[in-house]
Amino acid sequence: MLAFVIRRLGVMLVTALVLTFVVFFLTNLPPNLEKLARSEGSVRMTDAAVASWLEDHGHSGSVFYRYAEWLGAAPGWVITDEKGVTRGKCIGQRDDPAMAPKFCGVFQGNWGVSTVFKKTVLYSLGKSMAATGWLMLAVMLVMVPVALVIGVLAGMREGSRTDRVLSTFSITTSATPEYVSGVILVALLASPATGLSPLLAEWGWIAKKTLFMGTATSAMDNITFWNFGLPVATIALYGVGYIARMTRASMTEVMTQQYIRTARLKGVGFGQVVLRHALRNAMIAPFTVIMLQFPYLLNGVVIVETLFNYKGFGWMLVTAAGNNDIEMLLGASVVAVIFVLVTQLISDIGYVFLNPRIRLG
Amino acid sequence: MSFLTPESGWADMSDTLSWAAIFGLMAKQFWPVWVALVVTFVLSFRFKRRLGLYGKLFDSPVAIIGFAIVMFWVFTALFANMIMTFDPLAQLGSVKNPLPGALVPEGAEGQHKWFLLGGDHLARDVFSRMVMGARQVLIIAPAATTFAFLVGITLGLPAGYIGGRLDTALSFLANLVLAFPVILLFYLLVTPEIRSTGIPVVLAAVLFLIPIAFFAILFQSRFHTSPNKRNLYVAITLVLGLWAYSGLAFNADPLGVWGMDPNLLNVFVSVVFVNAPTVFRIVRGIVMDIKSRDYVAAGQTRGETAWYIMLWEILPNARGPLIVDYCLRIGYTTILLGTLGFFGLGVTPESPDWGSTINAGRKLLSMVPHPAVVPALALMSLVLGLNLLADGLREESLKD
Repeated sequence: MLAFVIRRLGVMLVTALVLTFVVFFLTNLPPNLEKLARSEGSVRMTDAAVASWLEDHGHSGSVFYRYAEWLGAAPGWVITDEKGVTRGKCIGQRDDPAMAPKFCGVFQGNWGVSTVFKKTVLYSLGKSMAATGWLMLAVMLVMVPVALVIGVLAGMREGSRTDRVLSTFSITTSATPEYVSGVILVALLASPATGLSPLLAEWGWIAKKTLFMGTATSAMDNITFWNFGLPVATIALYGVGYIARMTRASMTEVMTQQYIRTARLKGVGFGQVVLRHALRNAMIAPFTVIMLQFPYLLNGVVIVETLFNYKGFGWMLVTAAGNNDIEMLLGASVVAVIFVLVTQLISDIGYVFLNPRIRLG
Repeated sequence: MSFLTPESGWADMSDTLSWAAIFGLMAKQFWPVWVALVVTFVLSFRFKRRLGLYGKLFDSPVAIIGFAIVMFWVFTALFANMIMTFDPLAQLGSVKNPLPGALVPEGAEGQHKWFLLGGDHLARDVFSRMVMGARQVLIIAPAATTFAFLVGITLGLPAGYIGGRLDTALSFLANLVLAFPVILLFYLLVTPEIRSTGIPVVLAAVLFLIPIAFFAILFQSRFHTSPNKRNLYVAITLVLGLWAYSGLAFNADPLGVWGMDPNLLNVFVSVVFVNAPTVFRIVRGIVMDIKSRDYVAAGQTRGETAWYIMLWEILPNARGPLIVDYCLRIGYTTILLGTLGFFGLGVTPESPDWGSTINAGRKLLSMVPHPAVVPALALMSLVLGLNLLADGLREESLKD
C-alpha cells in the first residue's frame, strides 16, 4: 500500500511539473509578453522599446530558465542599469540589493504580483479560494445526498415506474450544462418580468421583486438561501444526473447478486436488504465517480461564478485570463492542476480501501 | 394549418401573436423537417429487420425518442435555409429585444411579419439565429468527435495490444491532458494571441495526420497480400487525405475546396485535443480485455500482422461500447462548444452558434430572458436526444 502511494505521489509530482511548465510556456508566449509590456509600459512603444522593456523586467532568455526562476529552482534575475540602480526578481523596491535572497519563486512562497488586482497572487488566491470553498461545500452538501438517494431508489427495483421517472430526470439533468440550467433558473425564479416571481409578487407572497436573486455578489459577505440558492442549484443539477446514473448502475448490479436473493429467501424485509446488505457494496463505484467529479465541478464553478458574478476562484481565473494577468493565471493554474491531481489520488487510494478485492503488488 | 397563415385574418387582428399562434407558425415553418422525419421513420420501420444495429434501435422506445430528437436537429440543420424566417445576421428595426410574437417593422426582408421568438439586443430574429445555429453546431460537433475518435483509436489500439513502454508513455501523455482543467486549457489554447505563434497549426498538423495514417494502415494491413487492391485503396486514401489535410491544417488547398477559418481551426483542434485522451483510455481498456480472446490467439497463430489483428479482429468487436460512447461524446462536445461560446472564446461575436448567443443574451437575462433561453433550450434538447439515443443503443447492444 505504502509503495503504491509513494509511486502515485512520484507520478503526480512529475505530472504537476510538466503541466505547470506547459502553463508557463503558454502564458509566456511572445505575443502575451508583448501585450504585457504595452499594458505595463506604454501602448505606443516601438518594437525595440518592447524588447528592451522585456529584457529589463527579466522576461527575456530561455523559457526553461525563466520557468526555473519562477519555480525558485534557479537564482532570480538581477539587472544593474546605467544609473547604477540594481533591480531584480527578488529585490523589493526599498530593499538593499546586497541583502536580498538569491532564490525567490513558488517554492519560497513568492508567487508574484497580480497586475489586475494589484495585490500579491497568494493573497488574491487565498481570498477567492475561500469564497469558492463555500460554494463547493454547499454544492457537495446538496449534490451528493440527492444523487445517492435518486440512484439507490432507481436502482433497487430496476425497470419499475420509480426507476423510469428518476432515470429520465437524471438523463435530463446530465444533458443540461451549467450555462443552460443557470439561464433557465434565472428566467424562472429570479426575473421580475418572467417566470414565478411576478406571479408571487402579485399575490403578495414575496416582498421583493424576485424570489431568488439573480446575482450572488452579496453572498461574498453574507450567504443566504436567496442569494446562494441558484448558483448552488445550477452546479449541483449537472452533477446530480451523472452520479445518480452511476449509483443506479452499481445498485442494479448488486441487487442481482446471490447474497441478496439469499437474504430475501431467509425472510429479511426488502427495506432491510437494501439498507443492510446492498447499500454498502453499491457505494464503491459512486465514491470514485464523486471524487472524479471534482474537476468537472471546477468547470461548473467557473461558469456559474461568471454567470452570477460571484468573485471566487473561477471569476478570478476568467478575469486574469481576459486581462493577460500572467502571474495570476499561473498561480490559479497551479492550484487547479494540483486540485485535480489530488482528487485523482484520493479516488485511487479510496477505491483500494473500499474494495477488498483489489490487491496491490 | 391554413388558419394559421398570416393572410387568413385572425392572427392579423392584433399586432402581437399569442403563444398558440407562435407555436403554430413555428410548427408550420418546420415543415421540411416533419416531412423528412416521417419519411425516415416510415422507411426505417418498414425495413428494420434488414438494417442491423440501426434497425434494432426501433425496438426501444427510449432510443426512438432520442433518435427523433437528434434527427429533428439534423434535418433542421440541413433545411436551415428553408426554415429560417429572416437573415440571422440582419438587424430588423431599431427596437431592442422585441418580445416573442412582436411585429417586425415594415421593409424587412423575410418570410414573416413577426419575430416568432422575439429579437435580441441588436433586433436580430432569435428564431432564425437558433435555426442557423443548429447548422453550425451539427457540423463542428460530430466532425470534432470523429477526429477525436480516430486519434484515440489509432493510439489506443497499440497501447492496449502491445503494452509495455509504448503503453506507459502514451498513458502518461493522456493522463497529462486529462489532469488539465478543461476550461483552463481553453483559456490558454483558444486566444487570438496564440494564433500568431502558430501552435494551433502545429497541433492540427499532428492531429490531422493521424486519421490519414489510420486509413492507410487499415487498407495496408488487410490487402497487403494483393498488392493491386492495396495500391489502389492506399493511393485513394493518400490523395484524398493529403488534399483535405493541406486545406484543413494549413489552409493551403490548391483547389480551394477544403478550408477552415483560423478561428474555427483553433476551436476544432482544442476540442479534439480535450476529447482524444478519454477515447484513448476507453479503447485501451477494451483492447486489453479483448486481446485474451481465442479469435485473437487464432489470428496470431495464422501469422497475421499485429495491425491486422488490431484493426480487423479487435476493433470490429469493440464497436458496441464505442458507438455508445460516440453518441454521448457528440453531446459532450456540443456542451464544450457551448462553453467556448459562453466565454466568447474563438468565435466571431455575430456567429449564431448557441453558446455565443447564450453569452450575448445573458447580460440582460433577468429583464428579457428570451434571447438566451431559446438557444439554451435548443442545446439542451439536442444533448438530451443524444443521451437518450446512447442509452437505447446500450440497452439494445447488450441484448445480443
